[in-house]
Amino acid sequence: MKSLKVVGSLIKDSLAEITHGSRAYHIWMAILTFVMLFGMYNYGIQLEQGLSATGMTDRVSWGLYISNFTFLVGVAAAAVMLVLPAYVLKNIDFKQAVLIGEGLAVAALLMCLAFVVADMGGPARLWHMIPVIGVFNFPNSMLTWDVLVLNGYLFINITVPLYILIMRYQGKTPNPKIYIPGVFISVFWAVAIHMITAFLYQGLQARPFWNNALLGPRFLASAFAAGPALIILVLAVIRKFTEFKVPDNTIKKISLIVTVAAQINLIMLISELFKEFYAPTHHSISAVYLFFGIEGKVALLPWIWTSITMNVIATTVLTFHKLRSNFKILYVACGMLFVAIWIEKGFGLIVPGFIPGPWGKIAEYTPTFVEISVTIGIWAMGAFIFTILAKTGIAIELGKIVYKKK
Amino acid sequence: MSNNTKKWFSLNLNRTKKSEACGCGNNASSCEEKTPKDGYNQVMDVSMSRRSAFKKLTAGLLIGAGAVSTSCSVISGDESKEKSAIEWDEYFKGNYKLMTDKEKNETVNRLVRSYELRTGKKINLSSKDAEEDVLFGYAFNISKCQGYMDCVNACIEENNQDRASQMQYIRIHEMEDGKGFNFEESDDNYYHEVPAEGHFYMGTQCFHCDNPPCVEVCPVQATWKEKDGIVVIDYDWCVGCRYCMAACPYDGRRFNWKTPEVPEEEVNKNQHYLGNRLRKKGVMEKCTFCIQRSRKGQNPACVEACPTGARTFGNLLDPDSTIRWVLENKKVFRLKEDLGTEPKFWYYMD
Ligand code: SF4
Ligand code: SF4
Repeated sequence: MKSLKVVGSLIKDSLAEITHGSRAYHIWMAILTFVMLFGMYNYGIQLEQGLSATGMTDRVSWGLYISNFTFLVGVAAAAVMLVLPAYVLKNIDFKQAVLIGEGLAVAALLMCLAFVVADMGGPARLWHMIPVIGVFNFPNSMLTWDVLVLNGYLFINITVPLYILIMRYQGKTPNPKIYIPGVFISVFWAVAIHMITAFLYQGLQARPFWNNALLGPRFLASAFAAGPALIILVLAVIRKFTEFKVPDNTIKKISLIVTVAAQINLIMLISELFKEFYAPTHHSISAVYLFFGIEGKVALLPWIWTSITMNVIATTVLTFHKLRSNFKILYVACGMLFVAIWIEKGFGLIVPGFIPGPWGKIAEYTPTFVEISVTIGIWAMGAFIFTILAKTGIAIELGKIVYKKK
Repeated sequence: MSNNTKKWFSLNLNRTKKSEACGCGNNASSCEEKTPKDGYNQVMDVSMSRRSAFKKLTAGLLIGAGAVSTSCSVISGDESKEKSAIEWDEYFKGNYKLMTDKEKNETVNRLVRSYELRTGKKINLSSKDAEEDVLFGYAFNISKCQGYMDCVNACIEENNQDRASQMQYIRIHEMEDGKGFNFEESDDNYYHEVPAEGHFYMGTQCFHCDNPPCVEVCPVQATWKEKDGIVVIDYDWCVGCRYCMAACPYDGRRFNWKTPEVPEEEVNKNQHYLGNRLRKKGVMEKCTFCIQRSRKGQNPACVEACPTGARTFGNLLDPDSTIRWVLENKKVFRLKEDLGTEPKFWYYMD
């Protein structure tokens, strides 16, 4: 009964917290709400017309939605994996990383689920996938594994921070014996969501571009770079706009992780490029299309080269300790890395898988306005959710909202 | 397929009734899963009742929200009431693969009635199961095909494919002489007089793989291999994720990106639940070896329509069938054999 009362009052207090804030905060939330509504309106059009409202066709049957889904799984995973090295390195504030990381993971996961639903031809029939009342093709279909691990991960990442926050809210110290195991489970779980999402593609003998043993490990490396890079940016914003103290050291330690991951990622990229171009086979056509275009079909060229350039520049900059320690440069590098990996692990990975088609047909894919609007809408939703979570979390951490015993 | 002797890469044509008689409409390995009742099967056995509970729950919620005005309102006529009742039951029906015969009949009746309510016409919708000792296979004579595309047109008419997007299950690839089977440089979308000088033709469609990757990946088992080897889709169970499309190495699948359009007078009314019945938007479809015809002992529409006799269809288990003759007397081959998909679709030349 008592704990119910605590939760009830926590909800009331957080509602009060998220509806109050500075002018900048209100403008930010208003913009996000508007973008979300616009995305929903466009999703309505898509529901009405079917997926023909998107740029996808029988030749390229997955596009922007699945690309973003894939990338965000990486972000969700990396946000938490960050916790492990942070814990091993010891000298930085652990709980902080847990809170922000897991908040980010929750937002990224909800975005993932939204992208999957947006991609479905029959979202109304999605109950067919619910175990027990529908038919769940487990363990044969990798997609069912993915549904399981993603939802499990969401569950862990909601419970752990909730526990910490509820304890803080009541003015008690959270018991590390309770939440540390949760954090560790979620770290290993994060590896699982990553590998399984990679297996989704890797397991298709029909698509040589994906059917490649390096795909899973490369997912991990790039996620380890993109996720923490995003966290650095988020922490920078939090430092600027709230009273939440984020020590320089925390950011420096995270930037070390980003650097190592970005370097490993680059090495794997070189290994892939070597394989595709030193001894090109029939199966290298996708890579040729991606990097050089085929017969004047060059839709992905500007994207992938932007991505590679940004990736190389950012990694080089990060490698030099001097440059990395300058926070302005660090933020720019992190931003570049994030965008670069979004392109590369997003449509740079998904679209070429379908090009050429099984019979060698080169048919290009261009997302439509509806598709892009829905995508941006879902990103706004993610930002909205994260802002709410972070704002409440920080307020509790700072002791601004506490449980008043009556 | 007798499991003990079957290598994963060889299609065993000498399968007998006894080793196979489990009637689950599945391949041998997944049959085995079915015998002991554990995990998924236990769940499946009770799924119908669970689902009806789910259905009632949803109904309760909707009534609570006052959202079922159409089906409950007093003003709406009997027909529209019946229509929404049908829609309601259709929405909550289960996966065809797991339906009892009674449930199959019920849904068939509902679909026939619903078409009648919409158009005033009757359709003939079959739910005929696979025959014992039948395994369908197909052979394509590359020397004979002249690229007339009569098969493509017959297929579209027979199978009620969307006319607006010009969906076609069959693709005819026009290849240049002297370049071998060069699919990359071939043209599967030509509009000129055939046979074109210096070219030869080759048709592809769903090959009804014996080890179909598309079936493995489907998260809801909306697509599966029937006992007679035909790979089918339950159009009402498919959620439209298109994972199977990504998994098919042969470009065998087609997706309904929008509501398919077939003019009423052109609708082929001889239908099968797993075959050419009308589809809706957002679901997968593909060649079914004209299941509505082949299970009645007829040839698929493409075989019938081909003016050159390039296409042969038949029962692989019948030693006297033409298809068996072709397999035993011609130098046959299949496409992308290295993938281990075991297509039941062979090519040969005279
Ligand atoms: S050809 Fe493609 S769709 Fe047909 S059974 Fe094989 S994998 Fe499945
Ligand atoms: S599109 Fe339909 S048949 Fe194909 S994998 Fe998804 S649910 Fe299964």
